[in-house]
Amino acid sequence: MDTLTQTGVSHAEGEAVSTASPRDFFDLMKPRVMTLVVFTAFAGLVAAPVDADPFLAFMSILCLAVGAGAAGALNMAYDADIDATMKRTRKRPVPRGAVSVSNAYGFGVVAAILSVLMMALASNYLAAGLLAFSIFFYAVVYTMVLKRSTPQNIVIGGAAGAFPPMIGWVAATGEISLDAVILFMIIFLWTPPHSWALALYKSGDYATAGVPMMPVAKGAKSTRLQILLYSLVLVVFAGAPVLTGLGGLVYAATSLGGGALFLLLAVRVFNSRAGEAGSAEEGELYAVRAGDKAARDLFAYSIGYLAALFAALIAEHGLGAYIAVPGVS
Amino acid sequence: MSDPKDNFGFHHREGRATGEHVALTPEQEKARKKRNVYIALGLVAFMVAVFLVTVVRLSQNAGGVAG
Repeated sequence: MDTLTQTGVSHAEGEAVSTASPRDFFDLMKPRVMTLVVFTAFAGLVAAPVDADPFLAFMSILCLAVGAGAAGALNMAYDADIDATMKRTRKRPVPRGAVSVSNAYGFGVVAAILSVLMMALASNYLAAGLLAFSIFFYAVVYTMVLKRSTPQNIVIGGAAGAFPPMIGWVAATGEISLDAVILFMIIFLWTPPHSWALALYKSGDYATAGVPMMPVAKGAKSTRLQILLYSLVLVVFAGAPVLTGLGGLVYAATSLGGGALFLLLAVRVFNSRAGEAGSAEEGELYAVRAGDKAARDLFAYSIGYLAALFAALIAEHGLGAYIAVPGVS
Repeated sequence: MSDPKDNFGFHHREGRATGEHVALTPEQEKARKKRNVYIALGLVAFMVAVFLVTVVRLSQNAGGVAG
């Protein structure tokens, strides 16, 4: 009998038949990133001055999560070659061989289309359009164009990650207001110091992969200075919601206290020699050499800082903790 | 007209295996079955979601017209 066994043979492409589990496809969606997307989008939706239907609001957030996951899957499909060379990313489903590149693309495209269609149905066309644009921006503009070509990759590409609270806001109100733009700008300004802090202590990884992250292209010293400057601008700008009345006393206190600590850690990074020792031997996200601890601390804290800002907005607008700051209309 | 045998290892008319089929290992078969179950569940969830969203939107619009 002329039976073809499955050592490297498949129906159509000559690839081995997949043994990928649903969990591998879930990992393609970058669940850790999705968590922050869901959280910030929820904050935008809750902070909007419109009471959205709870079920439709839930569906809008779900669409955002799936859309972000789709963008993550497309990113992993395209970046499989460099992910395989980096300690931090080589265990991802595609470089590990669990999911083929074509399957990752297929999964990403289908998830993107379904999430945008459902967003249009559950909220409005503007929110769906913004979701489609943010997926395109992350998967094509950032991943395929910027990431491998310029050290400004995450500065410009950071816009993709800044869309969720704006989309949450637009899903509720149907329009882009000044407050929605402010929420967008907070994440946009937060991305460079956050990403460069990671790049400082994983610079060896990026250099090996040929990705021109700031520490690789301009050196550790220049990166530490830019982290400090962006942190200054971020911390000042994070006070903007207080001026428009979007943020009350709880937000103001969080922004002030959290911002002070952010600056302190950024100054610590500036005064350190972070990024000059190469990457840690271990591939884990928080694994670090002794000289890079300041960068690792800022990276870890920056996630908590952003979460705290948006948690304050949720507490004020969703849990009734809003107390207007005296002197602000 | 395509070869009647050229149909993923099955003969069109006679409905029998041609002998040139893909033999999956038990592990591959198990993984495929699991993926198929999840795809089915995903499709059902999507259909239910479209139905529920449509009902909620229609009831909102009907409420708007009535009000």
